[in-house]
Amino acid sequence: MNTLPPDFLVHDDRDAVGVVVVEGVAAGDDLSGWVMDCDKTINLAVNDPIPLGHKFALRDIRNGESIIKYGENIGHAVTDIPKGDHVHVHNVKTSKW
Amino acid sequence: MSDLSFFGYRRENGRVGIRNHVVILPLDDLSNAACEAVANNIKGTLALPHHYGRLQFGEDLELHFRTLIGAGANPNVAAVVVIGIEPGWTARVVDGIAKTGKPVQGFAIEQHGDIETIANASRTAKDFLHAASELTRGQCPISDLWVSHKCGESDTTSGMGANPTVGNFIDKTDVMGVTNCFGETSEITGAEHLCRERAVNKEIGDKWFATWQAYMDEVIEPHKTSDLSESQPTKGNIEGGLTTIEEKAMGNLQKIGKNARYIDVLAPAETPQKGPGLYFMDTSSAAAECVTLQAAGGFAVHIFPTGQGNIIGNPIEPVIKVTANPRTVRTMGEHVDLDVSGLLRREINLDQAGDALIDMVVRTCNGRLTAAEVLGHREFVMTKLYRSA
Repeated sequence: MNTLPPDFLVHDDRDAVGVVVVEGVAAGDDLSGWVMDCDKTINLAVNDPIPLGHKFALRDIRNGESIIKYGENIGHAVTDIPKGDHVHVHNVKTSKW
Repeated sequence: MSDLSFFGYRRENGRVGIRNHVVILPLDDLSNAACEAVANNIKGTLALPHHYGRLQFGEDLELHFRTLIGAGANPNVAAVVVIGIEPGWTARVVDGIAKTGKPVQGFAIEQHGDIETIANASRTAKDFLHAASELTRGQCPISDLWVSHKCGESDTTSGMGANPTVGNFIDKTDVMGVTNCFGETSEITGAEHLCRERAVNKEIGDKWFATWQAYMDEVIEPHKTSDLSESQPTKGNIEGGLTTIEEKAMGNLQKIGKNARYIDVLAPAETPQKGPGLYFMDTSSAAAECVTLQAAGGFAVHIFPTGQGNIIGNPIEPVIKVTANPRTVRTMGEHVDLDVSGLLRREINLDQAGDALIDMVVRTCNGRLTAAEVLGHREFVMTKLYRSA
């Protein structure tokens, strides 16, 4: 596969979040991503520094809305999350426990 | 690749091992010192010290015996010396291991003391080791292989790279007649509806769900103080970018691939009885406890995908580490057997990563030492169900 390495990956086209797979992503960086299930390339700027393995919002997410990853519900937002923001334990909680 | 084979040790009961240990097995915590002394006397034997074995009762005691007998019966073990404080329970472990047909002898410390017991057990261990050292590997079809799976220190790269690689391995080897096993009852939480659907039929799916529900009702509900957010995901998981137990569970289930269906649900340390196929074992999600139970179930080699870099090993079941996290490869590469970080750079695809894992498993079975073996990781950890009497 002679494609440029992606900066972030998305499991499923329905997902609300992407996962950074490179180190050193800074606020304002314009990233290139690979949607794995449909082999599509997308581009998006992030608002925060995002560590390797961490997620950011691919679109605006409302407070209380389900977070979709792997095409499945992995928890819910506890505040409004603008597109490009870091998504983690500070703004998402489990719906399980 | 269905004609894949490896070179292993075929045991008296027909099972095939990939290592050839002579184990010095303590019945109880009190006998650890004597076992370690024997292993020190007889170079090349392996003591398995652990913390329990006194005043246990009921299901917890049954699990203790099943784990010790299973560890001794594992095909990676050629022969066993058992040492216990008294002869009754020692004989129970000896008799259980003897059903495999392998050499096994027990020694009780009461009425003899440590020094005489160590001398007697050392002479037997020396004989066992000479005999084991003359056993040779033979070519065996891949369908003779039993492989267990458990992930740890997972992060989001586990769900994207290392775990789907294991899933590809299971999908490919399931149709070759390999016996595979996954576990981690608590970590399926959040994806229990999807796991239930992966059973071979409704009866087995219901059996799985009852196992999961029992864990929630009997362990989580009575013991939780608030919720499990501090434990599941772990601090390491959160550092790696995993946010919720649901996200972790979805990543975890990538390990069982897309096509294979589990054909039975095993109790902790229970040996599969339904022939080749994928099994679920009811285990803790703590790495050393889970792998010890799977080793006691008879599995010969373990595949351990990791994100942030779990370093676990097991004394009798070699543990192969797989990671897709490029930082883990860079900062703690000595623990990594297979680097699949190329998946995240689109340099390789899942099919190629799965083939690379099959190759690493065969090489390990043929004798290549894993990173955990070379680094001396021998985590043998008994699962205890409740307080002793």
